[in-house]
Amino acid sequence: MDDTSLLHIDDLDVTLPTAAGPLRAVRGMNLSLRKGEALGIVGESGSGKSMTALALMRLLPPGARLRAGALRYAGHDLEAMPDADFAAQIAGRGIAMIFQEPMTSLNPVYTIERQMTELMVRDGASAARARERALYLLDRVKVPDPAHRLRSYPHQLSGGQRQRVMIAMALMTEPQLLIADEPTTALDVTVQAQILELLAELRQEFGMAMILITHDLAVVANAVDRVMVMYGGQPLESGPARTVLGDPRHPYTRGLLECAPGKAGRHARLNAIPGIVPSLVDPLPGCVFGPRCAHATAECRNGDIARTPRDAQGWFRCLHPQAAAQPAIATRANTADTGVAQPPARPSADIVLSATHITRTFSQRKGIFGKPYQVRAVDDASLQVAHGETVAVVGESGSGKSTLARILLGLDDPDQGEVRLDGRPVAGLSAAERARLVQPVFQDPYSSLNPRRPVGEIVARPLALHGEAGAADLRRETLRMLERVGLPQRVIHSYPNQLSGGQRQRVAIARALILRPRLLLCDEPTSALDVSVQAQILNLLQDLQEEFGLSMLFITHDIGVVRKIADRVAVMRDGRIVETGPAGTVLERPSHDYTALLLSSVPTLAHAFAGAA
Amino acid sequence: MLRFALKRLGLAVLVALAVSFATFLLLNLATDPAQAIAGENAEPELVAQIRHEYGFDRPFMERYGSWLADAVRGDFGRSYYWHDSVSQLVLKHAPPTIRLALMALMVTVLVAIPLGVIAALRPNSAVDRLALGIAVSAQAIPNFWLGLMLVILFSVMLPIFPVSGDTSWLHYVLPALVLGTSSVPAVMRLTRAGLIEVMGSDYVRTARAKGYRGIELLARHALRNAILPIVSVLAVQLGQKFGGSVIVESIFAINGLGRLTLQSILGSDIPTVQMLIFIFAIVFILMNFLADVLNALLDPRIRMG
Amino acid sequence: MTNQDKTLAAGLAATAPPPAAEPDFDAQRRQAFWRRVRGHRGLQAGAAILLALLAVAVFAPWLAPHDPNAQSLAYRLLPPAWSEGGSWTYLLGTDQVGRDYLSRLIYGTRISLVVGFGAASIGCLIGVTLGVCAGYFGGRIDSLVSFLLTSQLALPGLLLAMALVFIIGPSLWVVIGIIGGLHWTYYLVVTRTSTMRLRQLDFVAAARAIGSSRRQILWHEILPNLLNQIIVVFTFEVGIAVLAEAALSFLGVGIQPPTPSWGLMIAEGKMAIFHRPWLVVLPGMALFLLVIGANLLGDGLRDVTSPEKRN
Repeated sequence: MDDTSLLHIDDLDVTLPTAAGPLRAVRGMNLSLRKGEALGIVGESGSGKSMTALALMRLLPPGARLRAGALRYAGHDLEAMPDADFAAQIAGRGIAMIFQEPMTSLNPVYTIERQMTELMVRDGASAARARERALYLLDRVKVPDPAHRLRSYPHQLSGGQRQRVMIAMALMTEPQLLIADEPTTALDVTVQAQILELLAELRQEFGMAMILITHDLAVVANAVDRVMVMYGGQPLESGPARTVLGDPRHPYTRGLLECAPGKAGRHARLNAIPGIVPSLVDPLPGCVFGPRCAHATAECRNGDIARTPRDAQGWFRCLHPQAAAQPAIATRANTADTGVAQPPARPSADIVLSATHITRTFSQRKGIFGKPYQVRAVDDASLQVAHGETVAVVGESGSGKSTLARILLGLDDPDQGEVRLDGRPVAGLSAAERARLVQPVFQDPYSSLNPRRPVGEIVARPLALHGEAGAADLRRETLRMLERVGLPQRVIHSYPNQLSGGQRQRVAIARALILRPRLLLCDEPTSALDVSVQAQILNLLQDLQEEFGLSMLFITHDIGVVRKIADRVAVMRDGRIVETGPAGTVLERPSHDYTALLLSSVPTLAHAFAGAA
Repeated sequence: MLRFALKRLGLAVLVALAVSFATFLLLNLATDPAQAIAGENAEPELVAQIRHEYGFDRPFMERYGSWLADAVRGDFGRSYYWHDSVSQLVLKHAPPTIRLALMALMVTVLVAIPLGVIAALRPNSAVDRLALGIAVSAQAIPNFWLGLMLVILFSVMLPIFPVSGDTSWLHYVLPALVLGTSSVPAVMRLTRAGLIEVMGSDYVRTARAKGYRGIELLARHALRNAILPIVSVLAVQLGQKFGGSVIVESIFAINGLGRLTLQSILGSDIPTVQMLIFIFAIVFILMNFLADVLNALLDPRIRMG
Repeated sequence: MTNQDKTLAAGLAATAPPPAAEPDFDAQRRQAFWRRVRGHRGLQAGAAILLALLAVAVFAPWLAPHDPNAQSLAYRLLPPAWSEGGSWTYLLGTDQVGRDYLSRLIYGTRISLVVGFGAASIGCLIGVTLGVCAGYFGGRIDSLVSFLLTSQLALPGLLLAMALVFIIGPSLWVVIGIIGGLHWTYYLVVTRTSTMRLRQLDFVAAARAIGSSRRQILWHEILPNLLNQIIVVFTFEVGIAVLAEAALSFLGVGIQPPTPSWGLMIAEGKMAIFHRPWLVVLPGMALFLLVIGANLLGDGLRDVTSPEKRN
């Protein structure tokens, strides 16, 4: 092993004990990292990417079993190392780790100073020197007023600030390797961009190696030198970022890239990967992606697929690699046409939703007897949705979009302004009438369905509530609806916790559409789903929109999604709508600074490769 | 911090008022106090005389108002049954109950918390199951029965501890044991659950990632967080032990406030009973307030709002 | 959900099935439930104990060898049959007025179970109603209910119960009513916390969006999600109520003689405790058995219905 090699993992296996049997969370992991190099590990949920990092840091849950052919860091054999040594020399000192949830990763009862300096002090430095370094690093990570912040407690800082503190804390001991597990997933897009930029700068300055774990391909493209794609616990492809993302070989990598909604234009179908991630308990032999792959053959099911090397130390595990000349992956479910953009339908004069000068103010209080102060959640917002149109509302957290959504649904009353559905004021409608005009699809598939009711009842409930039909008719309608959203009939008896996230979201859509509303109000409906599933749902929504003649109001923070589905865009910030207009205009030639900032903050593959050219 | 304490104090006063009103209401409407004091077979004239003497014939709110005014000034009235001022009675009978309650709390702390901690550190192990088994059993034992069993044991078979009276501290051992074990299951479970949750938290994971292990991890990164809920529960438990001591005091013949209350009830002395219940409630409210303050001291999120 | 949870959740999800085999999710779910039940000894033990005691209470007239109130002054204070001086006619001996102890114990089961379930039901009604209202409506109602809760906790329960029972007049129904009326705080706390959490979930918003009224939401969406916890609390409260009644009767301010309440039997036997310990030991063990059965059942139900919250 040469002098510049920092980390070398060979054939790592991690098994977790579960009630259903041992779960193979990571299989055959191979990884090499040099000093100062940055590796991005990309995968959807269940891919094993976080487990690999946890295994490295000895943070696996009790009962987990780790086995490796080789696990070396800076010359140390990590597998054989006694825990006392690992804890004293490697953890936090040689290798530092930051996590996804900045809100809960800091101890709430101790000051920032204590948490930042404790390791240095424990290892022998004086309190004064440790404090000095902490101040320096807080400044380096651009936390304003560092001296004051040191005395603060975590709950007094925002999410973005907490993550900066975590980064600074990790750097206190000058680690050679920083592992960042989804460090920006829980943060707003603008903050995300800042944090990623910060990490890149710090890497350069400190000559630090980095492993960046994420599900977002675009993030990886911009921030790392090398990329590894994982699926179902196995690494499927690895190599320089530009090669893997610009010219991938493995069908799964291609599929992921095709799924990303930013590329396709409006009205184009995304090439979604059909099916869902397989069970990792007792995995089937052969390629783990096989069951979902259009190019799989009987050979692929035979045994472990060996690595095929590529130039620049890249490799992939596939018997039927897809070279660039091939067209986009022909997936099983996509028999329809592919990327031909249809001209947008002419917006009709028929206005389905009209919201004018909506203002909503909340009174909040600190504690029971504190003085109340006003918060303007929505400030003079106006918007319109015409028949057959899709309007996207874009904003970050705190922009007021969720409050606006509730008001537009009729679940909350504005303090000022009026909402009209089909020309009629919402305030004057009965709940039943309103239900026939607008229906929601929410973000979290795990909380939008009543866990105690079977799917059939959930979908039929709106009809049952309105006294519409007899039992036989209800059943018939429910089955028809389930079929339309792409769910098998037997699901009618299942309970939500037996379904995957994507399936649940389909149920939510079925429930929303069973009353044939005019407007579908979607509040981040795909944000909580894996990229491949997201593509399926977006396709579904588009199909249903055409079939049912729906208008859609789509709230999202994902610009890629906006590009795909929106006819018109409204940008929200601090409760105000700062810009509206046709999608093409707003996205290409924004007139407001904030919109420009948002657009430039979004990591995209195009940016990455343009920069490197 | 001061503002927080003042707010809490205000709330405590309101609760005390509500409690006093509720007690007054319940006890005086459920029966005729004059009749109760006079006895079942008393002549109507005697009953009427008592009624007038004690002021039971005045309108309800007026009675409550003057009672409250007196109570605030420290005048707790006079007991018909005991022929003594209630304040004197309380002063005489309070010390044994206080001693008993404190010792019982010590028993709870010394048994429940270590058990809970050990069980939390090794979930689903043999020790954990044993601890939970103890908790489940201890919860099911009627404490008066336990007291009687101990009386049998220690008076006949193993005469180490006295089973009656309250003259020496040894006299308090058995009653404190009984009174203390009744809270052990709840405190143990709370400690266990709280510590398990803390050990599984994200910030403990961060500490582990920094290389903290074992005792150091527990002491530096988990204990302070896990202690928070326990402290308030213990303070509240102490408050409840005052009122809950009646059984133990009866069995072990300790002349404390609980026994006093029981005898007053059996003697139909409603005004005294009312006063005593109110005093117990005040003790609890005070303990609750103390718990709130302690909580704020330990948890920056609470004291900063 | 943390990434780890997602891994586990994803890893356990069913594969997209090939068209032929269609796994029966309902059977799987039921099987998983019963598997958990079968594996949980505590739950089975608790259920067995309670069912046995229920059977004893229901079939008391057939099980008891004697009339529990029949006094027989000739055969006072006989020890249990296996001790010297005992007789097989009176299997567990007799009490101080010659009543058969076994029969009294058997009939005592009725008292304890009636009080336990009765008081727990009253407490349930009060506590759940208050808890759901406080949790769902929030604001002033919540503050008021929290205030009520603190006030209720401040009152010394046992002493107040004693006083009230005594002055109203001790009887079975008074005891049930007062114990129930003073033991609703556990229900309140649990349902309030859960309701507050449930209220925020999207399926409640979805129910409003389809036009459900408030009443319909409380009944159709919120309550079904509370049932599991309510049942668990109920089993614990049965145990608490049983012990409370026993304490009251022991102190003389609960069930009155000659009704065979176990607590009362202990009080009556207290006088002769040194020479005839069985008078105290047996009813105490009966109480212990009933309460531990209820607690094991409660713990078991909680583990089985929400396995991720094993406590």
